[in-house]
Amino acid sequence: MAQTLTINGKARSVDVDDDTPLLWVIRDVLGMTGTKFGCGLALCGACTIHLDGKPVRSCITPVSAAGGKRITTIEAIGATPAGKKIQQAWIELEVPQCGYCQSGQIMSAAALLAAKPNPTDSDIDAAMSGNVCRCGTYVRIREGIKHAAKKGT
Amino acid sequence: MSVDLSRRQFLSASAALGGGLLIGFRTGAAHTAESAAGAAFTPNAFIRIGSDGQIVLTMPYVEMGQGTYTSIPMLIAEELEVDLKQVRLEHAPPDEKLYGNPLLGGIQATGNSNAVRASWQPLRQAGATARTMLVSAAAKRWNVDPASCRAQSGEVRHAPTGRRLKYGQLAAEAASMPVPESVVLKRPGEFKLIGTPAKRLDTPSKVNGTAVYGIDARPPGVKIATLAQSPVFGGRVKSVDDSKAKAVKAVRQIVRLDDAVAVVADHMGAAKKGLAALVIEWDDGPHAKLDTQQIVDQLEKASLNSGAVAQNVGNTDSAMASAVTRVEATYQVPFLAHATMEPMNCTAHVRKDGCEIWVGNQVIPRAQATAAKTTGLPLDKVVVHNHLLGGGFGRRLEIDGVTRAVQIAMQVDGPVKVVWTREEDIQHDMYRPTFFDRLSAGLDGKGAPVAWNHRFAGSSVIARWGPPFFKDGLDPDTTEGAIDLVYALPNMHVEYVRVEPPGIPTAFWRSVGPSHNVFVVESFMDELAAAAKQDPIAYRRALLDKAPRAKAVLELAAEKAGWGKPLPKGVGRGVSVQHAFATYMAQVTEVEVAKDGAVRVRRVVCAVDCGTVVNPNTVQAQIQSGIIFGLTAALRGEITLKDGRVVQSNFHDYQMLRMNETPAIEVYIVKSGEAPGGMGETGTSAAAPALTNAIFAATGKRIRRLPVANQAAVT
Repeated sequence: MAQTLTINGKARSVDVDDDTPLLWVIRDVLGMTGTKFGCGLALCGACTIHLDGKPVRSCITPVSAAGGKRITTIEAIGATPAGKKIQQAWIELEVPQCGYCQSGQIMSAAALLAAKPNPTDSDIDAAMSGNVCRCGTYVRIREGIKHAAKKGT
Repeated sequence: MSVDLSRRQFLSASAALGGGLLIGFRTGAAHTAESAAGAAFTPNAFIRIGSDGQIVLTMPYVEMGQGTYTSIPMLIAEELEVDLKQVRLEHAPPDEKLYGNPLLGGIQATGNSNAVRASWQPLRQAGATARTMLVSAAAKRWNVDPASCRAQSGEVRHAPTGRRLKYGQLAAEAASMPVPESVVLKRPGEFKLIGTPAKRLDTPSKVNGTAVYGIDARPPGVKIATLAQSPVFGGRVKSVDDSKAKAVKAVRQIVRLDDAVAVVADHMGAAKKGLAALVIEWDDGPHAKLDTQQIVDQLEKASLNSGAVAQNVGNTDSAMASAVTRVEATYQVPFLAHATMEPMNCTAHVRKDGCEIWVGNQVIPRAQATAAKTTGLPLDKVVVHNHLLGGGFGRRLEIDGVTRAVQIAMQVDGPVKVVWTREEDIQHDMYRPTFFDRLSAGLDGKGAPVAWNHRFAGSSVIARWGPPFFKDGLDPDTTEGAIDLVYALPNMHVEYVRVEPPGIPTAFWRSVGPSHNVFVVESFMDELAAAAKQDPIAYRRALLDKAPRAKAVLELAAEKAGWGKPLPKGVGRGVSVQHAFATYMAQVTEVEVAKDGAVRVRRVVCAVDCGTVVNPNTVQAQIQSGIIFGLTAALRGEITLKDGRVVQSNFHDYQMLRMNETPAIEVYIVKSGEAPGGMGETGTSAAAPALTNAIFAATGKRIRRLPVANQAAVT
């Protein structure tokens, strides 16, 4: 049935089954392709978005769970202070290679930085180990998060 | 350096559309014979300088993370004296006559770590030629000696009079200038861009969601499909009950093929739901009982037979007879999936009079050709839109996904994007072949290797992918890393036995031949050092007098890693040395092994001599990447078959290294003026043996079969 979602501050109406994963609503129904499909089972983190500022895997989050919540995607994360710092750090440290997983990496990293402005290595491990990067950019992702944290709040 | 650019060589200039200057050039050294014969010259890549000053590079190489969209333009910009930001890329259309890769036998493909190698001379020459002609045009207009003018920052300047003209203002006149007989390329000391850490041109779009991969293509009216292919390779669809699938909201159509069924829907959520609701009965075909062990047994048996001689030096038989110590071992490596982060996908729109394809692929002409063949349309009616690749690693050197999409699109009205689930992606990959290796060596009284025998059995990807390059039972890929070793081995004999496994397709996988051979060779070299009771680095170094570049990276890695410094119990260091993709590399890896066999990689120190470095930023990134990729496979990577079906299906059972397991990685680049070597794959092949040699140092357990899994456990 038709329902209203709030994505990146805008209200959008979609008519899909209640159990449709948010990922496909975002990508295929609404045409916002920055959020990526990687596994469909919350094993790789490529599809990470924020629901009310918290990182979730949109590939297993049914659209019905998003009602009344604020959805933020990679397209708008730069409007948050943490997201902007992470994006800037990613550019300065040249983090992405193929880049496909980086939307999800940035969404996870931005949520981490928003919650913990000065994350330790173990904080980074805990927050980022759900995100797979097949190009193996982990060394620079870790540096990037620390680089962003140094910029302060 | 002065380079002859006469007609017998490979440059020409002609007027570009719009009055600009167009320089055509060949991207390699393989065409001198044709040119020498005076044949009509067909350039295979282009620089275009418009009257607006815009410099366009038509790129024959695709971007899959390796940084080629930045390093190749750097070569042009260096000699042309323009800022890197002034060079715009256009992706080359499928045309092997124009854009064939000379280092891949003229096939228009991005692979084998050779884009910079193939472009190094010709792209700089093209830039220098364009610059020379722009200077000539300016000198002519000013009526001054060209030697009194110089190019800088996208304009030609005449210092004595202070006059300046921008390239755009000169482009039309430059096109009518004679092509210079020779141009002078910059000496390394004059480089402004090459060797500096250039910012990747594609980064901004990759941090804000605007980068467009194949899977992001959205032609108007596109439907989304997902598919189930026969779970056993070679099987067929026997029957389909699609009544429940058709009832799923937003499902539009079920497409049945001989060996696959697809569900077409408004979105992937509905397509997946529809697929799950299908009841498909399969005819499994001849491979219904196939098991990986049967394939390994077949290879083991084949390795007892003689094969094609890949290399013979001296006489190993007589040397072996006089050896004081004899060492023998067998090794085995598994099938591996690519698991690119972007699952396989392709969008196709088939009409009566034409076909359009949207995809990210490493072999664009083959994508075009399979679409033409499948539809029966002429080649020129097939348009391929190439995209960024969400990982390649060899998977996208294949066009099976394009063929599938076209087969489905032929039954669909309008464009359809066929997206494979991760399960389909892993279970219908084309895999890095499994190999079985048999080695023996003889050592003299001092422990030095006087005889080296190596015979291995497995699939030749080249024999299928590029049949002309498989000759006399051999191909240059399958044997790379097993022959032409850096070590001085007085008697050496290497044989390859080609065995194509039934019921499982094989393909290139990042670091290709060396992914297998370097593991085997560097492990066995470690075994010889152990048999000789010598230090693994000292043992290798003694064999490297004739390979100074290999010796230098080995010594550098050893020094930086603190080789020889005491380590706690359960911790060990291992080393590997290789020459592959025209790059020298040594890695020293430090591991900690728990009693239950859990291996933690603490640190990897890598020294590399890749000749002249174009973009050190990319070199470092590619080594980090390659090491993670190689460690991932070495620790856990394995695809197995049971009842003809691939057992693994997603990242829970085909596991990737993650942030919490990532070691410290240190990269040391040796300064070199040699021609550039490849960087995309070399870190991967060097990783496995350094890891397993470290496990040996830590535990005394020699790992002869990959993956490591729990083999290091104390039993």
